[in-house]
Amino acid sequence: MLSIKNLHVKLEEEDKQILKGVDLEIEAGKVHAIMGPNGSGKSTLSYVLSGKDGYEVTDGTAMLEGADVLEMEPEERAAAGLFLAFQYPVEIPGVGNMTFLRTAVNAQRKARGEEEMSAADFLKAVRARAKELKIDADMLKRPVNVGFSGGEKKRNEILQMAMLEPRMCILDETDSGLDVDAMKLVSEGVNALRSEGRGFLVITHYQRLLDHIKPDVVHIMADGKIVKSGGPELALEVENNGYGDILAEVA
Amino acid sequence: MADAAEKISTTDARLGGLSLPVGGWSEAARKDALARVQAMSLPERRDEYWKYTRPDTLTQAGAVPAALFDNDEAPIFGDMDRLNIVFVDGVFDRQASDDLSLEGVTIDRLAEAKTDIHWARDLYGVLEAKGQNPVPRPLAALNTAFASDGVVIHVTGKPSKPINLTYHHRSETSDAILHHVIRVDAGAEVTVLESGPAAARFNKCMEVDVADGATFHHVRAQGRDHERRAATHIFARLGTESVFKSFTLTANGVLTRNECVIELTGDDAVAHVAGACVGDGDFHHDDTVFITHDAVNCESRQVFKKVLRNGATGVFQGKILVKKDAQKTDGYQISQSLLLDEDSQFLAKPELEIYADDVACSHGSTSGAIDEDALFYLRSRGVPEGPATDLLTLAFLAEAVEEIENEDLRDEINDRLAAWLERHRS
Ligand SMILES: Nc1ncnc2c1ncn2[C@@H]1O[C@H](COP(=O)(O)OP(=O)(O)OP(=O)(O)O)[C@@H](O)[C@H]1O
Ligand SMILES: [Mg+2]
Repeated sequence: MLSIKNLHVKLEEEDKQILKGVDLEIEAGKVHAIMGPNGSGKSTLSYVLSGKDGYEVTDGTAMLEGADVLEMEPEERAAAGLFLAFQYPVEIPGVGNMTFLRTAVNAQRKARGEEEMSAADFLKAVRARAKELKIDADMLKRPVNVGFSGGEKKRNEILQMAMLEPRMCILDETDSGLDVDAMKLVSEGVNALRSEGRGFLVITHYQRLLDHIKPDVVHIMADGKIVKSGGPELALEVENNGYGDILAEVA
Repeated sequence: MADAAEKISTTDARLGGLSLPVGGWSEAARKDALARVQAMSLPERRDEYWKYTRPDTLTQAGAVPAALFDNDEAPIFGDMDRLNIVFVDGVFDRQASDDLSLEGVTIDRLAEAKTDIHWARDLYGVLEAKGQNPVPRPLAALNTAFASDGVVIHVTGKPSKPINLTYHHRSETSDAILHHVIRVDAGAEVTVLESGPAAARFNKCMEVDVADGATFHHVRAQGRDHERRAATHIFARLGTESVFKSFTLTANGVLTRNECVIELTGDDAVAHVAGACVGDGDFHHDDTVFITHDAVNCESRQVFKKVLRNGATGVFQGKILVKKDAQKTDGYQISQSLLLDEDSQFLAKPELEIYADDVACSHGSTSGAIDEDALFYLRSRGVPEGPATDLLTLAFLAEAVEEIENEDLRDEINDRLAAWLERHRS
C-alpha cells in the first residue's frame, strides 16, 4: 500500500536534516504504529507524505500503490486515498464544518471521476457517522474546528476520515487530548474502518491507544530514522521502560 | 495661490459643460447647491480627504470612455420578485421599467414629481448640504445642482417587494448624474436594491430620511464593467428607534468612491454600513464613511472587507463622531483587506472622535494574506488550491456579507462573489 524507501528530508528554509533515511512498508489491511521521542520526526514524516510546504526531499521515495506521492499536489494525494489526521487540526473561521466536509468529499469524487454526492445522501451519511462519534449537530454547523475543545477537534478529524474513506490513513497523535471515553469512541471509529484494502499508520506516545487499536507492527523512530520494528510487545516495552534501553541497544 | 487657481479652473471647466435644470420644485435647492460647489471647488489631489484616491477623472470636464463589458452572466436580483426601475446611461427607461405603482409606496421620476411634494423639497439637497460639514463633499453638491434624473420614493407602509434601481451602461462615453430622494415614514419599511455599472462615469447621490421607528434596507451591487468610474454618496438621517442597513458589493471598476454619511439624530437608532469588494489589477476602490452619533443609546457598525490582487488598491476612510450628549453610544468599525499578492495595497484611515464619556467604541484595521495552514488543511482533504483559496476568501468576506439580513439577497451576493473569484483565479 505505502512504501517508503530511504526517505531523507530537510527543512527548506534552513540547513536542518530531519528525516535521515526512513524505510517503511505498510501493507493493505495492516495497522502500523510509530512511537518515538519528541522531535524524532514523526509529524514531519506525516507532513511530507501529505505534501505540506517547507520541506525538501533530498533523497528516497514514497509510493502509494505504485504511484509516486512526492510528485503529487496535496489534493491529488488526498484523491489518491491518503489521509492525515493532524496532530494539531487547523481552525478555519468563516468556513462551516458541513460545507467543508461536503466540498472535500465532492472534490475527491470529482478528481476520481466519480459522481458527486447529493446533498441529501451527504447529510444522511454525516449525521450517522457524527452520531457514532458523539459529534452533535451544533458542532457540524460551526466553523471548522473554531472553538472546538482539543478532544472535539480530534473527533472531528476522525469524522472527516470516516466521510472520506481513504485507503491509507495516517493518524498523528489522535489520542492526545482525549479523555478515556473519547479515546474509546475514536478507536471504535478507526476500528470500524479497518478493512482488507486499507492501511493505517498510527503515531502515538501511549500504549493505551494501542490497547484499543491493536497494531500489527510497531516501529520506533529516533533522530529521523526507524531504529527498531517489532510486534505489539514493543509498545509495551516502551510503556514500561521508556526509550532508553531501545536507543542504547541500537546505538 | 497656484493651487487655488488650479482648483477654480478645474471646477469652472467641469461646471461649464453642465446646465442647471430650471423650474420645478427643486430649482431653489439646485441653485444653492451650485453656489456650494463654487465656494468649495471640486476636489483635488492635494486635498486631505482625497489623499488615497485621485479625483481628476471624476472632476474633469468629460468622462473617460469606458468599454462595455459583456459576459453571459444573468443580471443580479433578476430572479427576485421586485419592482424594477431601469436607467440607461443615467436616463430613466419607462419601457424597460415596471409600473411604478405599489402599495405602501409612491414613486415618481425626479423631473416629473409634482411641485407640491413638500416632503421631497424638505430633503432634496438638504441632507447633502448638512453632510458638507465638517468635511466638504463637492461632488455631491455638484450632483444636487445638476442631477438630470432620479426617483423620489415616499414609503408610507411596508411594500411587499423591494424596489430595484437597475443601471445599464450602453454608451462608452456616457456621463451620468442621478439623484434619488427617499423618505421612509414613521413605522414604514422598505428594501431598495441597486445594481449595474450605470455609465462610463457615474455620479450618484441618494438622500434617505428614516423616520421614527422606520426601517431602511439597502443592498447594492456595483459590478461588471471594468473601465467604469463612479463617485457615489449616501446621506442618511435616522430618527428614534429607526434602522438603516446598507451593504455594497463591488466587483471591478477602475475607480469607485463610495461615500456614506449618516447622522443618528433620534435615540435608540441603528445604522449598519457594510461593503465587500473584490478587485483584480487596475482596480481602485474607496469606501469613505462618516457616522455622527447625536442621540442617546444608538448603535453603529461599519464592516468593510476587500479582496485585492494583481496590484489592486483598496481604500478605507471611516469615522465615528460621537457628540457630547450621545451617551451610551455603541460604535463598531472594522476594515480588513485580504491581499492575494504583494503588488496589491490597502490604505486605511480609521478615526474616532468622541465627546461623550459613556460610550463603547471599537475600531480595527488589518491587512493579511491567505492563511497557509488553513489552505494546506483544505488541500490535504482533497480540495484543490483554487477552490480552497476561494473558500477561504469567501470566509474572509463573510462578516461583511452577513450584514445583509435577507437570506435570499445574501445568497445572491455570495453566488456573485463565488463566480467572480472563480473567473479570476490565478
Ligand atoms: N518547520 C520547521 N521549522 C523548524 N524546525 C522544524 C520544522 N518542522 C520540524 N522541525 C523540527 O524537526 C524536528 C522533528 O519535528 P517533528 O514535529 O516531526 O517531531 P515529532 O516526532 O512529531 O515530535 P512530537 O512527538 O513532539 O510530536 C524537531 O526538532 C522540530 O523542531
Ligand atoms: Mg509530532
